[in-house]
Amino acid sequence: MDLQVTIGKIRFKNPIWVASGTFGYGEEFLDFVDLDNIGAIVTKTLTPEAREGNPPPRLVETPSGLLNSIGLENEGVDHFKAEHYPFLKKLKTRIIVSIGGLRKEEFERCAEKLSAEDPPDAIEINLSCPNVTHAGTRHAYISQDPRATERIVSACRRKAGCAVIAKLTPDVTDIAVIAGAAEAGGADAVSLINTCPGIAVDAEEMKPVLGNIVGGLSGPAIKPIALKAVRDVYGKVKIPVIGIGGVMTGIDVAEFMLCGACAVQVGTANLADPVAYDRILGEFETYLRQKKIEKASSLVGRLKT
Amino acid sequence: MAGKKASKKVIKAKICLNKSIAPDYFVMRIESGWLARNSSPGQFVTVKIQENVKDPLLRIPLGVHAIRGKGIDLLYKVVGPGTRCLSSRNKGEKIDVLGPLGNGFDLAPLARGQDPRVVVVAGGHGIAPLYALAEAITTKRKKVDFFNGVYTRKNIVCSKELKKLGARVRIATEDGTQGHKGYVTDLLEKKLKAGAYDPKNTVIYACGPRPMLAALAKIAERFGVPAQVSLDAYMACGIGACLGCSVMTTDGYRLVCKDGPVFDAREIVW
Repeated sequence: MDLQVTIGKIRFKNPIWVASGTFGYGEEFLDFVDLDNIGAIVTKTLTPEAREGNPPPRLVETPSGLLNSIGLENEGVDHFKAEHYPFLKKLKTRIIVSIGGLRKEEFERCAEKLSAEDPPDAIEINLSCPNVTHAGTRHAYISQDPRATERIVSACRRKAGCAVIAKLTPDVTDIAVIAGAAEAGGADAVSLINTCPGIAVDAEEMKPVLGNIVGGLSGPAIKPIALKAVRDVYGKVKIPVIGIGGVMTGIDVAEFMLCGACAVQVGTANLADPVAYDRILGEFETYLRQKKIEKASSLVGRLKT
Repeated sequence: MAGKKASKKVIKAKICLNKSIAPDYFVMRIESGWLARNSSPGQFVTVKIQENVKDPLLRIPLGVHAIRGKGIDLLYKVVGPGTRCLSSRNKGEKIDVLGPLGNGFDLAPLARGQDPRVVVVAGGHGIAPLYALAEAITTKRKKVDFFNGVYTRKNIVCSKELKKLGARVRIATEDGTQGHKGYVTDLLEKKLKAGAYDPKNTVIYACGPRPMLAALAKIAERFGVPAQVSLDAYMACGIGACLGCSVMTTDGYRLVCKDGPVFDAREIVW
């Protein structure tokens, strides 16, 4: 059975990665997962300077999902390079560093710092960051704005010494348009979807539950939205598509690949169960065996319509 | 990574008992020699309420209520659909438990000074981890003054067990149906004002609703008594990865699951 996935020059041992913000910097899961088994680890999003994050409560469970507003708390890219990157680099798994920012210059700074010596296998650009530069367009997030998306991706492409993956928000009219803009900007792949905006209300206290009021919804509740987004984008771009959104089982992995994803990221499942990764990988292998599929990559886009 | 001893594990433990001890209050006893050997008072576990369901999705954090020879006890209150479902789990079933998590109460202050007095303050189902604490302390031959605050007398739990440990139990009920009428923190303040405890030779441990702990922290500060508080928070991973359970401290945000759940009362920005 061949589980390998190739994106550009990078070969991944399997199509199941772990999503940004759900796996810390890897060390937290040492007691639970053999990190060398993982296709790729996407780190928590880093910004040029440390960010404190949002006031609590930062998360709350909702039906079959999780609403979070962590607020990109991180200790900054320099601290990451010194404190966490060395550990990650020693692993046999692919390392994808997620970067974020408000302005093109901030994304560029992160890309530069990470590419200076020993770049990761890829950087994933978190384009669900606030679109401050184009605030006049009323596109709240960068990846709601095709022009801003192409601009930021292109800037990162110039500064990065590694592959560039653009992560997109679902909160748009036509995600294929945004994916096209990322492709035009030079992205090596797109990953989608990021979380869906939502709110939880405490009717007893008559207040929002989250400190930041609005959060991002993840988990099984958003899988149908994510599958459609993957299928929509797969039809429209030539670059590989990585599927994210509610993967809890090996069957879910197959569903995303059938819709056009060459790989998936497991997110909320890790929070529900720190040992989820190994189970999901095992279930996916069982599916392939049952279907007598020799090469996992042959599933990509095979949805019969 | 090979050969490193795990500090926390996911365990499928057998449920020995899951019974109601007061209206909406339950104790679940689970069998796990590993958890019994590796848990300390003040630590917690997260429990998967049901297998193979997407709802509830996340685990529930529960303080270790008692550490027994063959396993641990969890005390919980039914406050919503998750805990209601947990209360319907049966003896003999296996339950998926992650732990032990968090830092636990610091008992080092008890070895300092002149045999300090120990005051334990519980608010509502915050009593859960405080029984394990009281047991650990009384096992070291130290006396415990246990203040238990509840809304009404039928919510009082653990009195018998605490008295059996030799702890002195004082009750406060908000509706006055037993003991002091009012908040447990008012009762504590009354005792401190009356000089019942020497602030330089007393340690307070507390767990309960946030407003209660905030009031307790103010009182402890005013009388100059060191106090440790055990917090809870909406939590997802429980292992310090998602940064969801943050609490603001004098040193910035800290994680309740990893840096806590026990904090020095002075550290918290209430």
